[in-house]
Amino acid sequence: MMAQSDVQNPNPGDNSTVLKIDELTKFFGGLRAVHDFDVHIKQGELVGLIGPNGAGKTTIFNMITGIYPVSEGTIAFKGQDITDMPSHEITQLGIGRTFQRIRVFRNLTVLDNVRVAYHPHADYGMFDGILRLGRFGRGEREMTERAQEFLSVFGMEDLQDTLATNLPYGAQRRLEIARALATEPDLLLLDEPAAGMNPQEIVELMELIHFIRDRFNLTILLIEHQMRVVMGICEWMTVIDFGQIIARGTPKEIQNNPRVIEAYLGSQATRMVD
Amino acid sequence: MKDNLVKIVLKALSWGILVVIAGVVISIVANIVAEDPVTFVQQVLNGLQLGFVYAMIAVGYTLVYGVVKLINFAYGDVFMVGAFVSFYGITQYGLSFVPALVLATVACLFLAVVIDRVAYKPLRDAPRIAALITALGMSIFLEYFTALKFVFSPDYIAFERPFELVTWNVGGVTFTNIQLVIAITSIVYFLGVQYIVGRTKIGKAMRASAFDKPTARLMGINVNAVIGATFALTGALAGTASMLYATAYPQIFTFMGIQPGLKSFVAAVIGGIGSIPGAFVGSLIMGFIEAMTVGYMPLGSTLKDGMAFLVLIAMLLIKPTGIFGDPFEEVK
Amino acid sequence: MKIRSLPTWLTGLVFFVIVGAVVQVAFSQGWLSDYWQQVIMAGTILAISAQGLNLKYGYAGLFALGHAAFYGIGAYSSALITKDWVVGWSGNPAGGLAGVLAIEIGFILAVVAISKLQLGHVRHSMRERLAQWLSPFESTVLSTAVIILISLVVVVVVGGGSGWLVRQGVLAAVPPLLGGLPIEISQQIIFVIALLAAAVLAGAIGFLVSLPILNLTYDYLCIATLGFGIITYVFFNNADQLIPTMKGARGMVGIPSLTTWPWVLGCVAVALVVMRNFIYSSTGRAILSVRDDAIAAGTMGIDTFRYKTLAYAIGCGYAGLAGGLYAHLYSFLHPSNFTWLKSVDPFVMVVFGGVGSMTGTTLGAYVFVTLLEGLRVLPAEFIDWRYVIYPLILLFVMLFRPQGIMGTSELGFLKPPRVALRKPKQGAPAGVSPAEPQASES
Repeated sequence: MMAQSDVQNPNPGDNSTVLKIDELTKFFGGLRAVHDFDVHIKQGELVGLIGPNGAGKTTIFNMITGIYPVSEGTIAFKGQDITDMPSHEITQLGIGRTFQRIRVFRNLTVLDNVRVAYHPHADYGMFDGILRLGRFGRGEREMTERAQEFLSVFGMEDLQDTLATNLPYGAQRRLEIARALATEPDLLLLDEPAAGMNPQEIVELMELIHFIRDRFNLTILLIEHQMRVVMGICEWMTVIDFGQIIARGTPKEIQNNPRVIEAYLGSQATRMVD
Repeated sequence: MKDNLVKIVLKALSWGILVVIAGVVISIVANIVAEDPVTFVQQVLNGLQLGFVYAMIAVGYTLVYGVVKLINFAYGDVFMVGAFVSFYGITQYGLSFVPALVLATVACLFLAVVIDRVAYKPLRDAPRIAALITALGMSIFLEYFTALKFVFSPDYIAFERPFELVTWNVGGVTFTNIQLVIAITSIVYFLGVQYIVGRTKIGKAMRASAFDKPTARLMGINVNAVIGATFALTGALAGTASMLYATAYPQIFTFMGIQPGLKSFVAAVIGGIGSIPGAFVGSLIMGFIEAMTVGYMPLGSTLKDGMAFLVLIAMLLIKPTGIFGDPFEEVK
Repeated sequence: MKIRSLPTWLTGLVFFVIVGAVVQVAFSQGWLSDYWQQVIMAGTILAISAQGLNLKYGYAGLFALGHAAFYGIGAYSSALITKDWVVGWSGNPAGGLAGVLAIEIGFILAVVAISKLQLGHVRHSMRERLAQWLSPFESTVLSTAVIILISLVVVVVVGGGSGWLVRQGVLAAVPPLLGGLPIEISQQIIFVIALLAAAVLAGAIGFLVSLPILNLTYDYLCIATLGFGIITYVFFNNADQLIPTMKGARGMVGIPSLTTWPWVLGCVAVALVVMRNFIYSSTGRAILSVRDDAIAAGTMGIDTFRYKTLAYAIGCGYAGLAGGLYAHLYSFLHPSNFTWLKSVDPFVMVVFGGVGSMTGTTLGAYVFVTLLEGLRVLPAEFIDWRYVIYPLILLFVMLFRPQGIMGTSELGFLKPPRVALRKPKQGAPAGVSPAEPQASES
């Protein structure tokens, strides 16, 4: 079980490949949603996956996290083949993710949302809980303290007893990110974290992403189609359209790539240029 | 050389297993048939009769499920009401076959639409489990409400056939005019529904609403009206089926809709829920299985209800989306 | 030492003791007729069964319609055990116990053995190895045949073998062990064992049944569980072919009336306390998370299938326990009490009382029983309206208050434990967070 990492700076010497995807393809019946996708991400990188709506970005995320079965290709995480592993095993190996449409546990409190993340590593079993043995008391206390400490990092401590469904939208988004981080991932997948946010919130989000990448020693793969976010924080990105890669490179390179501009039909592209 | 030997042995083993299994099944079946071909054919005909009746109900279930994603538990009870209505038509008003049939059809049509408006429509946007529970409640309500003395009656009533039973005997096998009527009506209905859903405007609207309600609305389709029309159509189906069922098995009681209803739904699942040909084929299979169970298994007549569900569970394990179902549809 | 508030376990204990004592006095003083005594006990028993359904549906989100089947399994199995001991039907007073325990233990061991074999992996690797010689179809046939063979052997050897051993052991050891004790005591001991065995059997069968169907969407799950309910009903109807004393459709008689108020109270107290402790623990939260969003729960490391089957099995166990109490209350069992329609009863209790509320479910059970029994006093023409009213209740609740009367709230000791806010450590600043709190929230 990993201890809560309190590292302020990521290990600069570690350059191993965290995520290695090759020839990833997904068929839904006769429809080919993703074709020959590949990406190699190294430890500590903040990488983007962008493309117009319906390009297949979330499908790729779903394949990485075991929600969709893979049609062809391989996915390797920290050297281990995780293609077609069940979701919960993939998470326990160290991949966390958020969803485009917020999927917090609506009828659970903020605190419980986070405590669920600690369940796979709980120090007590079902019967300890039922009989309320000593191990339960200790384990529960430890879990609760860790969860509360965690929430305080995100400024959500005072909301611990609020039902997730009663939180305002922005807080739910933060809870979703916090919850994913509570699983202590090495790789964090963020699916359109800026959806529905106003410009001020987006600035705060970008700061938050930088902050968590440094504090928790993460590698981050980010889906967004808001250019401001992507260009602002991603070190490099892969662009896909209709399930296929059309470009890859740094923000500057992508901004000037004619195929990318074409894929976005120009209107977003003009905003990229300034 | 050794590799080839291993290959031959393994291939022989795998095909051998298949051959043995097939052989056992075929010999059992052949035995049954050869021992008493007359009974066998008789049971097949019984199965067909059942199957054709189930088909009319199953198509109704699959239609509603396809458009509203709801298992209309109350459907079997609409069917029951049709039987009673035609009974009263025949005994109290002296109606002959066709008018009684029309009466039952129309009554069930209205009942189905009313049930939808009162119980299902308010929950259209609620979580789907809510509609399911409501359907369950509606079903039970109909069963017990009609059992009250002043409505229908809690008793088992002998149904009066609207026409004389005529039997023919061919080589020891008897079949009746009822079976003929049922078969013809069922096939006509099936073709009719296929036509409506496949080639008319309203059918197109139904298919659009089934596929994607919000988009259908945006394209100007009055989804609620389409749903109402779907219930109306299925109600009519139930009405006809009920009277034919009561003519074939002349005993009616307020809980008579439960078993045929459930079995028809299972048939629709076997054929692939949402598929009309699937519902038809599934029903024939269902009828066949039931007849075979009654005819050939010891204690068959008491076990037949359980048999139907054993088949269902087997189906859910092997191919949950059913025979004609789209294997990529979300069942999980 | 300041007493700030009573610890929860104490409140619960006090509650049960007081209520239990009051009711017991009412019974023994004859303030209530025998009939109403049975009604109160029946209501409490149904409350236990309904807690099981609340776990399956309210907490785990599984729309499971076969609950009455497990009620019946518990009822018949416990009845077989006690009837043999007290009245005798198999020739050996411990016969019923031996049979039920043999089935249970053989079953559980067989399942454990098979899961340890990891047949899925075995088949997969077999297919890979065979791929160099055979086509995919052929290798599938061969590998499937092999694992079916292995499973059969394991089931027969492990399951059958252990079952046989257990049976012999029980038949030989139990009569002399308990025979020496005074009858009242040995009967009570057998009763406890019977109730436990009933609950475990129901839970084990529930577990098995859930394996193939729990991953289906709720429509199919509903029909599949309903199907199992019908299959069980047909089984009970014809069970006299296997075990004559069960008498199938004629109804099983001669069951000792061992259910008394103290038993019922004890069981409901245990049932509620266990449920409460269970749901307010990490495992409970895992189950709730699967209900709220199974996909998200998966990405949090929760094995959704495992927790759904766990909730389902425990829920069935509750039904089995309730069934055991029920069998010994009326001393008569008939398959018509375990039709799939009867599975709707606990549903009405849960939906009316509060989906996901232990208090609400218990309330719903008492209301249900009171209504059904209380309406018996209606004049003769209206008696059958009782059965019309109860689906109407369901309809009204679904249309106007779908979460039930109590929603998810609880009363008294069933409430979730309060978690104190963290006190920030002295001197250290709170965590650095660029996402400043609520003021800037939209």
